[in-house]
Amino acid sequence: MSGYVSTRGFRLTRSSWRSLGAGLDRYAGAVFILPAVIVILGFSIFPLLASLYVSLTRLQFAAGGVELKFVGFNNYAKLLVGIDHEHFLGLAGPLNPVSIVVLAAGYGLLGWLLYRYVRSASRTPGGLIGRLVVVLGAGVLLWLVVSTVMTSGRPGTVVVTLVYVGVDVSVQYLLGLGLALLVVQHLPGRRFFRVVFLLPMMITPVGVAYLFQMLTNTSIGPLYPLWVRLGLTDVSWVTNPWGARLAVMIGDVWQWTPFIFIILLAAIESLPHELVEAAVVDGANRWQIFWRVTFPLILPASSTVVLIRLIEGFKIVDLPNVLTNGGPGTATESLTLHAYTIWRALDIGGSAAVAYMLLIVVTFVGVSYVNLFRRRVTAMA
Amino acid sequence: MAIIRRSQSVSVNTISFPMMVVSYLLLLAWAFIVLFPLYWLAVTSLKTPIEVNAGPFYVPWRDFQPTLDSWHYIFVDLGEDTFRPYLNTVVVGLTSTAITVILGSMAAYGLVRMRYRVTLGAVLSFVAGLALAVGVIVAHLPWPVGLGAGFALFLLLLNTVARRSKRGVGNDDIAFWMISQRMLPPVAVVIPIYIFFQQLELLDTWGALIIAYVASHLPIVVWLMRDYFQSVPIELEESAAIDGASPYRIFRSIVLPLAVPGLVATFLFVLVFAWNEYLIALFLTSANAQTLPLTVAAQNATRGPQWWYMSVLILIMIGPVIAMAIALERFIARGLLVGAVKG
Repeated sequence: MSGYVSTRGFRLTRSSWRSLGAGLDRYAGAVFILPAVIVILGFSIFPLLASLYVSLTRLQFAAGGVELKFVGFNNYAKLLVGIDHEHFLGLAGPLNPVSIVVLAAGYGLLGWLLYRYVRSASRTPGGLIGRLVVVLGAGVLLWLVVSTVMTSGRPGTVVVTLVYVGVDVSVQYLLGLGLALLVVQHLPGRRFFRVVFLLPMMITPVGVAYLFQMLTNTSIGPLYPLWVRLGLTDVSWVTNPWGARLAVMIGDVWQWTPFIFIILLAAIESLPHELVEAAVVDGANRWQIFWRVTFPLILPASSTVVLIRLIEGFKIVDLPNVLTNGGPGTATESLTLHAYTIWRALDIGGSAAVAYMLLIVVTFVGVSYVNLFRRRVTAMA
Repeated sequence: MAIIRRSQSVSVNTISFPMMVVSYLLLLAWAFIVLFPLYWLAVTSLKTPIEVNAGPFYVPWRDFQPTLDSWHYIFVDLGEDTFRPYLNTVVVGLTSTAITVILGSMAAYGLVRMRYRVTLGAVLSFVAGLALAVGVIVAHLPWPVGLGAGFALFLLLLNTVARRSKRGVGNDDIAFWMISQRMLPPVAVVIPIYIFFQQLELLDTWGALIIAYVASHLPIVVWLMRDYFQSVPIELEESAAIDGASPYRIFRSIVLPLAVPGLVATFLFVLVFAWNEYLIALFLTSANAQTLPLTVAAQNATRGPQWWYMSVLILIMIGPVIAMAIALERFIARGLLVGAVKG
């Protein structure tokens, strides 16, 4: 988002505003922006600082109020190395050949990216530090995912959330792009499809969760004949960790594909016709038009929509909470749900610590994505 | 020559018959995936609990005798307990969305057409002043005192300490800061916000929900409208400015009317978020200001979820939103996230 500046707008407006003279108009800039700034500041910075403090304390309900006891980084230590670390980080299994190959490939890629940057002419100290942080963070997350998912280990809530976000956003993007390309063709009935495809987004996420609980039920759900054929009527597929996670991901994909669909549709529809027509005249086929013309032009819109879904995807809570109640065990618990369950157990400080870890992960992924990928894409367009 | 003429006459969107069949099959397949769960909701709402629990019955009148028992229960037996959350949802949704869209488009317009150069010192002074104001309010002193004290501190710092600072933030930094607020997981801020509203004695009221929704949805509006305003031609505004119109007048009489498609699409979009929000409502409301998503969740009784009641509730919840989406379809086509195209 920030990579884009309408310099044209600034240059022209400055001269015209100057001609407006003084008076109240001088403060127009402040009047336009301050209400939003105050509201956002008031409801982000201070609650955030307060939460940070709470995460460093143990909160107890005493007579006539609450009592905060400062405990330093205890709540965090509990998550990273203490009693809750299996819940949070997961249990690493012994590495098998597959996971070693994946790890080597991932680390090789990260190392190569870093090497390429170090050798490039445009490196700056700030950029180097930023990339070192990204490589380190990505390395840690990669190890967490591989060592718990691809082995006999058990993924913790961080890994589960990362898996949800990674799988959901990729699948939603592919589906949304495909649907947008289908609807953009001038077929009769496209307006019908446009409205229908939006519907899942408009249902409250809690509702979607209960809806999918009903649909995936193996004894009374509509897929009963299928379960009979597969001989699965007695087992609830949410007792299998990956089955349960799959159910959560299917629900999320169902609900949020429309979001990506509608933005990409708007993007494709607003492309200048001349470009595609010129390509047709030059004899390009559909495949070439898509890869050489359409796709590069919608890349900025794609990067925006993927960023929004990345950020929102990390907050997933309703689906796993209702659909599987985080189970079996903690297999489907996302970070927000983790924070919520601890909160319900009245460990408010611990809950704030989980929320902060989530914030760190989201910020890391979001900022890395913006700096390394999105800025390049928007600069190109 | 002839070849070129023929290719030009071929519209880009003309497709061969087999492609059309494949496209329709794929479109219908996804339409089925979208619509079947909704059909299942409708069917479930017409069943009795016994029928729901007896297994899948697909077609009313053939597989089972439809009944309006669940609808009767939700509208008549629950009565007040359905209508009050409904009213809350409508009031909170529409009010918060309207405020968000107004404040958000103002800020977005400022970010697009004006140049901000705020020194870091000014930012810190402002934060300090705001902190004092919030602190005073949380400490249960009258809020005018808090605002006054905060403003005084801000002016004091601005004219003393902040004078020295040279480094500043520009429009891009402000925009990125606003958008990055969406990264905050609600669960990280909801506890202090709960305490804040408790101190203001606003818990379980429309006010608390409206303020919280405005704050959490403002970044989306700024994000979408900023890109939309960038696509509005600047020439009209310039000529109005030369004719002596004030920035406020230009915004109200020229920019907003031009941006109607974007505003409508953004409105619908934010309304959907506010309409369906669950986590914040769960923390900030109990009985009076409860919204519909909580009513849906409340149908999960100890004996298990009462799907027949939930289906009715979900259906009456999405009814108005769908009606609006259909009515505003042409705006969505043009206005929704035109800005996203720009990135």
